[in-house]
Amino acid sequence: MSGGGIRPATSFTSAARETLKNRTLRANLGFATRTICAKRERVVDEIEDWQATRSAGAALKDHALANLEENLLLLEKQVEAAGGTVHWAATAQEAVEIVAKIARSHRISEVVKVKSITSDEIELNDSLKKQGIEAIETDLAELICQLADDSPSHILVPAIHKNREEIRQLFATKLGVEIESSEPHRLAEVARLHLREKFLTAKMAVSGANFAVASTGSIGIVESEGNGRMCLTLPDILVTIMGIEKVLPEWSDVATLMRLLPRSSTAERMNPYTSVWTGVTPGDGPQEFHLILLDNGRTNVLDDPVGRQTLRCIRCSACLNVCPVYQRVGGHAYGSVYPGPIGAILTPQLLAMADENANTLPFASSMCGACYEACPVKINIPEVLAYLRGKTHKQPVELAAFQVAYWVMSDSRRFSAALRGKRIGASVASMFGLVKGWTDSREMPEVPAESFRDWWRKRDR
Amino acid sequence: MKIQLFITCLNDALFPRTGVATTEILERLGHTVEFDPRQTCCGQMHLNSGYTDEALKLAESWLDVFEGAECIVSPSGSCVANVREMFAHMGEWTQTPGLVERAQAMDGKLFELSEFLLKFGGVEELQPYFPHRVTYHPTCHGARALGLSDSPEKLLRLVEGLEFIELDQKWQCCGFGGTFSVKNADTSTAMLEDKCATIWDSEAEYCVAIDNSCLMHIGGGLKKQGKAPKVIHLAEVLASRRPE
Repeated sequence: MSGGGIRPATSFTSAARETLKNRTLRANLGFATRTICAKRERVVDEIEDWQATRSAGAALKDHALANLEENLLLLEKQVEAAGGTVHWAATAQEAVEIVAKIARSHRISEVVKVKSITSDEIELNDSLKKQGIEAIETDLAELICQLADDSPSHILVPAIHKNREEIRQLFATKLGVEIESSEPHRLAEVARLHLREKFLTAKMAVSGANFAVASTGSIGIVESEGNGRMCLTLPDILVTIMGIEKVLPEWSDVATLMRLLPRSSTAERMNPYTSVWTGVTPGDGPQEFHLILLDNGRTNVLDDPVGRQTLRCIRCSACLNVCPVYQRVGGHAYGSVYPGPIGAILTPQLLAMADENANTLPFASSMCGACYEACPVKINIPEVLAYLRGKTHKQPVELAAFQVAYWVMSDSRRFSAALRGKRIGASVASMFGLVKGWTDSREMPEVPAESFRDWWRKRDR
Repeated sequence: MKIQLFITCLNDALFPRTGVATTEILERLGHTVEFDPRQTCCGQMHLNSGYTDEALKLAESWLDVFEGAECIVSPSGSCVANVREMFAHMGEWTQTPGLVERAQAMDGKLFELSEFLLKFGGVEELQPYFPHRVTYHPTCHGARALGLSDSPEKLLRLVEGLEFIELDQKWQCCGFGGTFSVKNADTSTAMLEDKCATIWDSEAEYCVAIDNSCLMHIGGGLKKQGKAPKVIHLAEVLASRRPE
């Protein structure tokens, strides 16, 4: 498995063909997503004005994005006023270089990490390793993936594709600990003991951000395990990498967001740990704070009037859990740190619709709409999928089939003629283009003796 | 009421019985049914496959044919959703003058069949009779895009002799998705297998839905796997009568 990033190594179709063969993966995923979805439904149903809250969430993100430049400049000003340093990174490479430079300037060879998908997007761990700096994941599931030399397969539950027994064996081998049972508390204890030492010795931490508030220059992280709190408070130096779309103008926006995020992601009313910090506080916590504002394709997404709603995403992962495609193929099939329905629209757009493999992702959907229904900020994922499909290059054979179909459909006389008598079979074949893909798992429908319009014409007479 | 049938290209070509049943139901309820043979396809297939220009032209032709009708009824949730949702979206994407307004003018005039029957009532008067064990699959575009949820089940409960069985995991997509079913055939098949298994486990003799596209996929899967349950469109169940 690759160390992350957003460039799929192959098309979705062939990646999915491989992952579908893994029956254990499908069983693990099916069980996990069904459990999360049922819990999520319960906590969402508790909120009477859920639909109105979703609309408010969509509106506040749209507003924040419409004034992005202004918000970012205010954020920069306020972070610096509070003793932090702000860096602007146009690309993944630039962001990685900034992190490495900070580490090198302090002669640091080991950093602890708060779970951050943005850091995975820029392939931070692998890049730092090449420069002799080891990045240690401290989120339990991220640690599992790191020890297994595997990549995360879910935004929120990176090791969702693994079961307890697989994890027990992994810890036993990689951490050299004898573990008698695969009970969750026992596995967590092993990880805790391993990580505690790292927290106490690390001089530098790297985090992502769930939000930033421009008016006060504050950054926020929501998490479940407390490892983030450790990273954010114990080391001397803290570096936060944040996608530019995460900035909000005001604290009142955070209030709305926090009604939506924990319920949609971990299916909790409130997550266990919410950490907020503003620059540097003398004598308390990190004494050096760097905020890296990452673009890496986001400005291009913002420029597209249809695609820009993608940037509302608050990374809750509700769309992954409800997606019938994700539930079966798993995160790795998407070839990007952003899997599932949101990944299918975000990944190709971050790559400016110019990556051939990423451009197969918008087709990785049956358009069932479960993602749109679940999205707490009302991203119309099926709409964006259909829109992005229109921006992809078509294979010549398929193109020809659709041109023929259009030629028939665009004229009712041609269409009527195609439906008459035996010609019906040919018209069906042209509609379903690649019939082999169909007949491998499905019988073709029986062709009727006459079309509806022929029946109607006879009846009319 | 004077009703213009939006039969849909798929029903016209492959499932004329659904069209005949729809005509019968509406006529027996006292409506005047018309069929404009200028209609072809609403463009959903082209749109969902990424051929936006062609889809846009087909959408405009569709509006040319149906704009004058006072009421339009269609036995397909998916095609109605395409007109209701996607025509306006395409208008916005392409900035095509007037398309958004023309699409919005269809609101309150265009109905999916079960939606029409639930809104205007009268199904009891048809005295439908279908003495079989039946389960219902709420197809995604009908349930979600049109917001029908599982309301068509209410119509099935009015059918004499019909034993209704709730389908387990019914909100799960069957995996059809138009060209998705051939472009990503492996994924589509994995979804289909699970849907077929729940239908089989329900011990129903028939799986009913409001979309023949999804039923063609589900029925084709059941048949390929040699499983007994058959698929049938809701219109054909509602048009069934006790033998004289």
